[in-house]
Amino acid sequence: MSGIFNVSRREFLKTGALVGGGLILGANIDWAGAAEEGTKKSYAVEPNSFVHIAPDDTVTIIVNHSEMGQGVYTSLPMLVNEELEADWKKVRFESAPVAAVYNHTAFGMQMTGGSTSVWSEYDRLREVGAAARQMLIAAAAAAWKVDKKTCRAQKGKVVHTSGKFFTYGQLAEKAAALPVPKDVKLKKASAFKLIGRPTARLDSPEKVNGAAKFGLDVFLPGMLIAVVERPPVFGGKVKSVDAEKAKAVRGVKDVVRVPSGVAVLATDFWQAKAGRDALRIEWEEGPTAGLSTPGMKEQYAKLSKTPGKVAKKAGDVKEGLASAAKAISAEYNVPYLAHAAMEPLNCTVDLRPDSCEIWVGTQFQTVDRNAAAEIAGLKPEQVKIHTMFLGGGFGRRANPASDFVSEAVHVAKAAKTPVQVIWTREDDTKGGYYRPFWYDSISAGLDKTGKPVAWSHTIIGQSIVAGTFFEKVLVKNGIDNTSVEGAADIPYAIPNLLVDLHTTSIGVPVLWWRSVGHSHTAFVVESFLDELAHVATKDPFEFRKGLLAKHPRHFGVLTLAAEKAGWSRPLPKGRGRGIAVHESFGSYVAEVAEVSVNKEGELRVHRVVCAVDCGQTVNPETIAAQMESAVVYGLSAALHGAITIKNGMVEQGNFDDYPILRLNEMPKVEVHIVKSREKPGGIGEPAVPPIAPAVANALFNVAGIRLRELPMKPEVVLAAMKKK
Amino acid sequence: MISLEINGKQHSVDVEPDVPLLWVIREHLKLTGTKFGCGIGLCGSCTVHVDGKAERSCQIPVADARGKKITTIEGLPEDHPVKLAWIKEQVPQCGYCQSGQIMQAAALLAVDKNPSDEKIVNTMEGNLCRCGTYPYIKLAIKSAAGKGEKS
Repeated sequence: MSGIFNVSRREFLKTGALVGGGLILGANIDWAGAAEEGTKKSYAVEPNSFVHIAPDDTVTIIVNHSEMGQGVYTSLPMLVNEELEADWKKVRFESAPVAAVYNHTAFGMQMTGGSTSVWSEYDRLREVGAAARQMLIAAAAAAWKVDKKTCRAQKGKVVHTSGKFFTYGQLAEKAAALPVPKDVKLKKASAFKLIGRPTARLDSPEKVNGAAKFGLDVFLPGMLIAVVERPPVFGGKVKSVDAEKAKAVRGVKDVVRVPSGVAVLATDFWQAKAGRDALRIEWEEGPTAGLSTPGMKEQYAKLSKTPGKVAKKAGDVKEGLASAAKAISAEYNVPYLAHAAMEPLNCTVDLRPDSCEIWVGTQFQTVDRNAAAEIAGLKPEQVKIHTMFLGGGFGRRANPASDFVSEAVHVAKAAKTPVQVIWTREDDTKGGYYRPFWYDSISAGLDKTGKPVAWSHTIIGQSIVAGTFFEKVLVKNGIDNTSVEGAADIPYAIPNLLVDLHTTSIGVPVLWWRSVGHSHTAFVVESFLDELAHVATKDPFEFRKGLLAKHPRHFGVLTLAAEKAGWSRPLPKGRGRGIAVHESFGSYVAEVAEVSVNKEGELRVHRVVCAVDCGQTVNPETIAAQMESAVVYGLSAALHGAITIKNGMVEQGNFDDYPILRLNEMPKVEVHIVKSREKPGGIGEPAVPPIAPAVANALFNVAGIRLRELPMKPEVVLAAMKKK
Repeated sequence: MISLEINGKQHSVDVEPDVPLLWVIREHLKLTGTKFGCGIGLCGSCTVHVDGKAERSCQIPVADARGKKITTIEGLPEDHPVKLAWIKEQVPQCGYCQSGQIMQAAALLAVDKNPSDEKIVNTMEGNLCRCGTYPYIKLAIKSAAGKGEKS
């Protein structure tokens, strides 16, 4: 990383110029002021903060979203360069420091999440590129004393009609002295050269030769490694600690108390861990010590019999159910899930009296910076965050409570030394912030023709945002939108609808987990809809189609997936097919799964056909990869994933008891992208929700058993087969 | 002091003999391409070559690595067919597990120039990828073996 990596904006301008030897384009533009004049922009177009052109024509694009596998270090530079017209071979990327100019255009803080990176930057970064290009053209025209209209930008050069040209590197300095144009004209989609074209990732080479730097790969002079013993029960507190033996371990330098537990600091990880093993801590377990998964399930089941807060109401459900020719009801539940990113949580902190520097893989720069400042007693601008490559995020590295960053700052503050806090895999799995455990009670009625006339869905679970600063934005009339998303807004034409919610307080830390509420609601809604189709004696695909007349994009992907999967063609004996469709994060995904099940109850997913409508595509290569990735992530949860609690303690710790999908279980995944000029939607998450119901529906199709609980472990499948 | 041969170079490190090779490679030699994922040999992120064989460096006490030739991702030539295939087929997403995947695949191709699908699956199933790059991994191994065609 060069010196322009992570300095304050002021310094950034200064250092960038020094390091590059060239110039950063442009001056500040007051878009806030411009907004008042009627342009209504919620973001700043400051080419100087996003584009740096060096004399050797290298173009560095500063990326304000975190790279965690989804390819933003390529797709966001593509947006800039579509308009900038630099030579793509000369384009590099660099991760942005923390500054207001890098705030998310929709959320007003610097962050990555909700499958928003591309659509939220789609306009701004193209405008940045266009503004920079116009300034380069103006600089060339001025130097030649010709009309700007006689100059055009082409592959890193400004070319005059006479054939003479300047390279961008030659123009950067002059262009920088010019004002940033206030009204930039963007290309029509039909003129795109880069957007929509499969493009190799810019970060592949360093991710292949071991050079890519993740949070764990940071070493500071004099840095100690810390591991923290945290309470075995959530909310527990240290009663007493005997650190004598820990301190005697070779290499152990210090043992300090922090709010989250007891940290052992040593010259290296192994010694720190050995020191931690030698600690003797007496814990005060707190109110969640009696918690257990079966008990929770019972409690939730009881709650489901009582009305909750109304999230969605249409028509009269009671009346609808009473008048139905047939009515069915069912109870579903899904477990807590850990994110289990391959890179265990970690954070490196260098805390000084007047500064705090942090190296971390985070999705939540502004939140983490502010939390660090508060702990350190500094101003936010005195805290610098270096966003490293994230060895997976999936939501775990976007914590409003800033747990792993705050803790590391506490350790650095207590131990008065540069420190890297490393979580073991077990720490990471047991450390909380799970996808919530959900319980659902759901009923529906069909009329004589088999058309659904009523749908009543009661949801029970914890709110992800309760008690955080997101509560104000995301909780309305007592309903956390992330608890009911995908359930309160089902696309199917059902005249009488009721969705209600019980929000519980359990004391287990919960958080967004790839696709957030949708990972739960899609499983329940799409499974139960399949149950309804069966009762109506209709084909599950045709049944859905008949209810989606007003939702053409759902209809489109559903039809495409079915067609590509050969829905109407018979399968070999022993194979079953299931279908599901779901919208999330502005994109529409349908999946058809083909499965078989053996005598041991082991499910095998052979093939998944996936159709996606994510609007205008930016990098189709990344889209296909993200769809497959999300299918794998969702399958891990559907087949294996469960965090369970006994006596307040998490029972799982590593990949032996919290398995994730391996290569030998990998189905063939076929991705089909709908051609569209609609506004871009998200792509990192939307393929997760449909996979669990598609597989559950396929299991029903092949074996006649309906699983209403995840994961679909062999013993559960076997028990259901025996019961049948 | 323990003497080690890593990527063709001799190193001498002052560590306890029971420290796993992984942490010596990372913290003492600063070869950070080798990753910590699980610490119990279940994920393969820490895979290195020990005398040419793919091994989990988190499971090898450093003392047992004495007298052996260790190769890490940094020691695999930049033009190694597996590294080139990994770029050609655009395998990495977050990238964290990929050093281990590449070392595992390189060791496979060193002994089997033309592995069957079954052999690829059996060899690679011990290397976890949470981003789910498995189809690309298969493709890249076939590509490196000189029979890769995009499906």
